[in-house]
Amino acid sequence: MKTNANNPAPSAGQGSIIASGDVAIIGGGVVGCAVARRLTLEGASIVLLEKAPDILDGASKGNSAILHTGFDAPPGSLEWECVQAGHKEYLEIHESLGLPLLKTGAMVVAWTREEEQRLAGVLEKGLLNKVPDLRLLTRQQILELEPNLDHSVRAAIHIPREFVIDPWSAPLAYLLQAVENGGQAVFNAEVTGGEFDGSHWLLKTGRGLVRATYVINCAGLYGDFVDKDVLGASDFTIKPRKGQFVVFDKAAGRLINSVILPVPSKRTKGIVLFPTIFGNMMVGPTAEEQDGRDDASTDKKTLTMLADKGRKMLPALAEMPVTATYAGIRPATERPEYRIRQDGDRNWITLGGIRSTGLTAALGIARHVHTLLADQGADFIPLANPVVPQVPNLAEHLPRDYHTPGYGEIVCHCEMVTQREIQAALEGKLPAGSLAGLKRRTRVTMGRCQGFYCSARLAELTAGKFQEPLARKISHE
Amino acid sequence: MNDIRKRKQCDVAIIGAGPAGIGAALALKKAGVNDIIILDRETTGGGVPRHCGHRPFGLREYTKIMTGPQYAQRNVEEVHRAGIPLSLRTSVTSLGPDGTLDYVCPQGRGKLSAKRVLLATGTRETPRSARFISGDRALGIYTTGALQSMVYLKQMVPFYRPLVIGTEIVSFSALWTCKKAGIQPVAMIDERSRPAVAWPVFYASHYFGVPLLTGCSNITIYGKARIEGVRVVDQHGQQCDFSCDGVLVTGCFTPESILARLGGLTIEKNSGRPLTDRYGRCSNPIYFAAGNLVHQPVKVAGKCWQNGKTAAKRIAKDLDSAGG
Repeated sequence: MKTNANNPAPSAGQGSIIASGDVAIIGGGVVGCAVARRLTLEGASIVLLEKAPDILDGASKGNSAILHTGFDAPPGSLEWECVQAGHKEYLEIHESLGLPLLKTGAMVVAWTREEEQRLAGVLEKGLLNKVPDLRLLTRQQILELEPNLDHSVRAAIHIPREFVIDPWSAPLAYLLQAVENGGQAVFNAEVTGGEFDGSHWLLKTGRGLVRATYVINCAGLYGDFVDKDVLGASDFTIKPRKGQFVVFDKAAGRLINSVILPVPSKRTKGIVLFPTIFGNMMVGPTAEEQDGRDDASTDKKTLTMLADKGRKMLPALAEMPVTATYAGIRPATERPEYRIRQDGDRNWITLGGIRSTGLTAALGIARHVHTLLADQGADFIPLANPVVPQVPNLAEHLPRDYHTPGYGEIVCHCEMVTQREIQAALEGKLPAGSLAGLKRRTRVTMGRCQGFYCSARLAELTAGKFQEPLARKISHE
Repeated sequence: MNDIRKRKQCDVAIIGAGPAGIGAALALKKAGVNDIIILDRETTGGGVPRHCGHRPFGLREYTKIMTGPQYAQRNVEEVHRAGIPLSLRTSVTSLGPDGTLDYVCPQGRGKLSAKRVLLATGTRETPRSARFISGDRALGIYTTGALQSMVYLKQMVPFYRPLVIGTEIVSFSALWTCKKAGIQPVAMIDERSRPAVAWPVFYASHYFGVPLLTGCSNITIYGKARIEGVRVVDQHGQQCDFSCDGVLVTGCFTPESILARLGGLTIEKNSGRPLTDRYGRCSNPIYFAAGNLVHQPVKVAGKCWQNGKTAAKRIAKDLDSAGG
């Protein structure tokens, strides 16, 4: 059946089946979107259930947008395997889906003697992880590549295959490909319970019942809750870990070319300085343990610390204005590894504890899920000629919509977002379901003025489109 | 009107059709410089006064008291009357060292070579993000500029009971806009120990029935989908919780100088404005800057208009001595 993706169907009561398919996917984060794409391509009919009005509303809205090589993953782990498979597949598919790639490379930079001593261990782990082209850089070699870095650098490991991507267009493209090939996505559909009759699941959602043979729990920050609500128990507990970021203006985007990683300590991967695909320069994330699963608040003290840290590594940042600040929440658990569990008796797979590496690993995780289902006897026939949709480009180094005449007007001047782009994002098979979703699809209001110039026009263009409108008409009583 | 793509060169290109840009254009014309073009990225000319619904505007220029929108319209009419081309929906994307401008308009991209360029790109308020104000990023946080364009250009309101942050002149202008639109702010707060404006102005908060709290620290915004409240610690160390449905972040103006910055013009370290001499000339002598792009603190429209005129006189002299 066809389901209108955004607006709750008025007549669908809690008791009627609103969608059915081979596989129900709970959660529209990057993992859920990648699983939806893979299983659709393998021939399954999927129904993706998302509790928010749009995709990427949880952990996936605030990741650091790096395509990892897995150089520092635990050797031989499932995470390492999925990261490498994901990296490979992204390089294979990105052009056909219209997804950008910024070939930045990365450096693990030692700033102290103690860090310098630990570089050998980083290199050794990277080699063990079969990451190609790693090499040790001297201070002089670093400064030749990155002359603007603070001259107190001592040494680094160069990882040429760490890249920067668009963290929001990628999952959108994955789900769009699933939907274009017959998959369904239902929004505002929080899963609150379910029953398995020995061959099929009947999931209870905020929109009605959903029937499926298999269920993949990709609920991210709420993965343990979903397991508890539906299966009765979860074998892990989410320990939310917040990461705050400071984004510097595009004028700063030219100051470095590589992702500047710190030497990892036992506790944390540390704070990264990196160019974004949108042309900005970013510093973050922090790693703050907290109880709240949706508390993505920022605080002045931490943001100031981050900005200072960035300026210490890259002194020219001192003169650069800040554009944006935000926080993401990683769905960490009590253990560092991915928490992937298959309940073969009940046709259920849980993908839990997928943190920062998830953006890269998602494509690999999706392949892993397909293998698990096949092992369990699921027998789908892969699509012979799948539709390959393209998503609009938002990367600064590639042609944007405004480069093609006939765009109407530029609505958001800081990010050069056109009226045509905004209208396209409000239509189609996966229209933006919220202002946040529209921002991720177009970058509108995400620039230096944060809506000073364009909020009014945007309120007008989006009137009647979102559950939470930007503004309402003044009433004349 | 949008025949800019047929133009390949001009004597003076003016970026920005606000008071400074228009003041300069009219003055150039008067001084006999005819080959001018104004470029503005918006769909209508006039600049920020378009959405300043209050008075008084235009006293200096037209010896008449007008509202912002009336004044903006009058400025544009004067430009048309003088026969100066105004190319709207035209975004300049880069400044070349020789005065060549890259621009984009809905018909396509183009280049325009100018003997002199006047930057009159104005100023805007610093948003919540760049001020590092703590808390959630829920819907309902706007600057005065955004609120005023909603109210005066679109007859829309983003909230009904916001908390106002800031006590600059523009903050009180925001209170006036709120009153006109049926919005009742719950309070006005500032981190400073006293209001940024002198007493006759800040007394206006009483007139609007908005309590004023200064010396506030630890401002934290709360809300899930939309803004639900703001928590502050006042000057006595007392914690105050405000229940509100929005936050109005006012003042703290910052020059809109990204073009100058990316174009390699020297930028003043702390203010962020392009460095100029007293005639408004930038570090590259082809470029001039005028209006609130270079004023700190910001000035009223009439002063920007005047400042544009000063730069125009210098530009005319320049062109004259160059035999242009």
